[in-house]
Amino acid sequence: MLLKRLTEAMGPSGFEDEIRRLIYEEVRPYADRVYTDPLGSLIVETGESKPGPRVMLSAHMDEVSLMIVHIEENGLLKFRPIGGVDPRILVSKPVSVGKQKIAGVIGAKAIHLQTQSEREKPIGLDQMYIDIGARSKEEAEKAVSPGDTAVFMTEYQEIGERRAKGKSFDNRVGCGVLIETIRKTFDIPVIYAFTVQEEIGLRGAGPVAYRVNPDMALILEGTVCFDVIDAPEHGTGTVMGKGPAISVIDSSTIANRKMLEHLVQTAESAKIPCQYRRVSGGGNDAGRVHLARNGILTGAVSVPTRYIHAPSQMISLDDYENTIRLVEAFLRSVEKGGLQV
Amino acid sequence: MSELLDYQQVLLDLLETPGVPGYEREISDKLESLFRHFTDRVHRDKLGNLIAFVQGEGNEPRPKIMVATHMDEIGLIVNQIEKGGFLRFTQLGGFDPRTLLGQEVMVHGREKCLGIIGSKPPHLSTPEEREKAIPMQDLFIDLGMGEETVRKLIRVGDVITVARKSMRLQNGFVAGKSLDNRASIAALLEGLQELKRLRVQADVYAVATVQEEVGTRGAITSTYGIHPDIGIAVDVAHASMPGVAADLGMKMDGGAVIHNGPNIHRDLYARFRETAAREGIPIQMRWLQGPTATDGFAMQISREGIPTGVLSIPLRYMHTSVETVCYRDVERTGKLLAHFIASVDRTFVEGLSCYLND
Repeated sequence: MLLKRLTEAMGPSGFEDEIRRLIYEEVRPYADRVYTDPLGSLIVETGESKPGPRVMLSAHMDEVSLMIVHIEENGLLKFRPIGGVDPRILVSKPVSVGKQKIAGVIGAKAIHLQTQSEREKPIGLDQMYIDIGARSKEEAEKAVSPGDTAVFMTEYQEIGERRAKGKSFDNRVGCGVLIETIRKTFDIPVIYAFTVQEEIGLRGAGPVAYRVNPDMALILEGTVCFDVIDAPEHGTGTVMGKGPAISVIDSSTIANRKMLEHLVQTAESAKIPCQYRRVSGGGNDAGRVHLARNGILTGAVSVPTRYIHAPSQMISLDDYENTIRLVEAFLRSVEKGGLQV
Repeated sequence: MSELLDYQQVLLDLLETPGVPGYEREISDKLESLFRHFTDRVHRDKLGNLIAFVQGEGNEPRPKIMVATHMDEIGLIVNQIEKGGFLRFTQLGGFDPRTLLGQEVMVHGREKCLGIIGSKPPHLSTPEEREKAIPMQDLFIDLGMGEETVRKLIRVGDVITVARKSMRLQNGFVAGKSLDNRASIAALLEGLQELKRLRVQADVYAVATVQEEVGTRGAITSTYGIHPDIGIAVDVAHASMPGVAADLGMKMDGGAVIHNGPNIHRDLYARFRETAAREGIPIQMRWLQGPTATDGFAMQISREGIPTGVLSIPLRYMHTSVETVCYRDVERTGKLLAHFIASVDRTFVEGLSCYLND
C-alpha cells in the first residue's frame, strides 16, 4: 500500500535518501526523464514533447526529525530536532536511529522521582536522551555516530471511519498524490518535483522551480488541521473530511487570485468537496516557487492533517482521494485551455 | 511440561497484552497457560489474583513460600465522551501526563479502537503555551470516528492502554509498556524453570497479583488466603539516568536488586546475599528507609505478620510507555529467586521469628 510505504520510509531534511529512492522506484516506469538536482530534489518529466502549458506539481518529501549530536559517557544519545518539533511530544516515544534503523526510546525520569514543581513544567530538550540500550559511549559508537538522524517509529494503519494514522503525512500525502497522478496520462507536459528540505525553511523548492521554469505550479501538502474539542473555530485551520484545502494566505504566500478561483471552480464543476485553508501561519514550498525567476503562477492544495509534526498524525482517506481527484481535474482543465498564464 | 520456552520472547508478548488494575483478565489468561507448564494446580481468588501451586519435596509440614509479581499495569479510563466524539479520561495508577501527549492508545470498548492523544501543532501554539505542561484533564483521545459511532462503541468506564509494540534494543535491552511489572513475571517464569533442576523442600505459591498499581490490593487478599511462611515480592526498581540520585538509581545490567530496610526481614536479606555469592549471581543493593512500593508492603503486615523480602529488576523510565530493562537482569533475578527458594528448609523458617537468640 502506497501511503504505508511512503510514511514508514525515512526522510529527514537534507537526508532524504530512503524516501527519494522509494519514490524513484515508484515513478520510474512513467517518466520520460528522471534526475536529481544539486540539493537532492527528485525531478520527473513527462510529456515534454506535448504542447504547453508546462505544469509543475511539487511535493516535499522530507519530514521533521531528530539529529544525534553527541554520545554521552553513559551511552545515551543527545539529539536536536531538524525542523519544527514541539519537545513536549517527544517524551515516551520510540524512534529509529540512522540508516540501520537502530531502535531507541526517549524516556523520562520516573514520575516518582519528580518534584511537584518539576511536574508542572514540560520536560525540556536538555533533559531528553535517546536510549538504544548501550551501556557506555564505546558501545553506542558501535551502532550510532553523531550526525545520524532519527525518525519516529510509527506504523501506518487505517483506523476509525475512513481515517489513517501514521508519521509524516506531512508531506507523504503530497508525494502520494503526485505518484497517483503520474500513473495517468495528460496531453500537456507535467513535471513532478519531489523537493528536499521544506521543513527547515523551504530550501529545496526554489532551485527546482528555477530549473524547471514551468508556466504554472501546484504545490501538494499536508497541512494543519486542529478541528478538535476545545479548539476555537477560527483556530482549526482546516476541517477533517471536508475535502482538499486550498491556500488563501500563509506566512510565505498570498494566493494568486486567478489560480485560487480556478481551483475552486474546478472542484465545484467536478463535484469534489473542497475548503479554504483558514490560518495565516505556516508556509509551504509555494512561498519559494511563486517567486522563482520572473514569478510563477502558483497554487497550493493540502490534505488536512491532524497532529501534524507529531509522531502519530491522522488524515481522512476521503480527503486524500479527493485531493487526487482535484489534481486530475485541474490538469484536465489546463489541458483544455481552461487556465491561461 | 518439559518444553523450554524463550521467556524473553514471551515477555515481549506479555508487554503488549492489556491488564489495567481491576481488568486483568486478558493478561491473567495468558499467564495461566504459562503457569500450567509448571503445575496443574492453578486457581484465582475473588479479586482475580492468579495463584499457581508448585509442591515441594520436603516432609510435611513443608515451608510455604509465596512469590508475588503483580500483573496489572498503569492504565487510563474513559470519563467523558465529548462533542465530536472526542474522549476525556482519567487514570488507574500514576501516569505522568507529560508522557501521554501524542501517544497512540487502545480503547477497550465494545470493540478495541485505536486512537491518538491529540497534540496541538507547533504552527498554532504560542511560545507561552509550549512553556506549560498539559494537565491530564485537558488531554483528549481522537478515535477518527464520528460521535454517533463513538457512542455506539465506547462507554464511560471503558479502560485504555497505551498502544506500544515491544522492542529489543542493543545489548539485550528490552523496551515497551508495562515492563513494570511483567519483567518480574518473566523473572518468576525463569525462576520456576530453574527450580525444576533443583531439590526444593518448600511449597511455592507463584502469584500474579492484581491491582498493585492502585495500592497493592491484590497482595492483601492473596497473602491472607495463602498464609505463607515467607513472602517474596518481585518488582522493578528505578535505574540510573541523568538527574536520578546515586542511591535511587540502580545500574542497568548491574544484576538483581536486593532490598533492605524496615520492610524486609533481615534473615531473608542475608539469605539472598549468601545465595547470590554462592551462585555467582551479580547483585546490587537498594537501601530503604520505609515501606517498599511493592506487594511486599502489604505482605509484611498480613495476618500475624509475614517475613518478607523484595527483589527487583533495574528499570529506566518507570511509568512511561518506553520502560526499559536489561534482560540479563531479569534472568539473574529469576535465578536468585530459584536458588533462594531451594535453600529454604523448616529450620530456616522456624528461626524467622526468633529475635532474642543472639
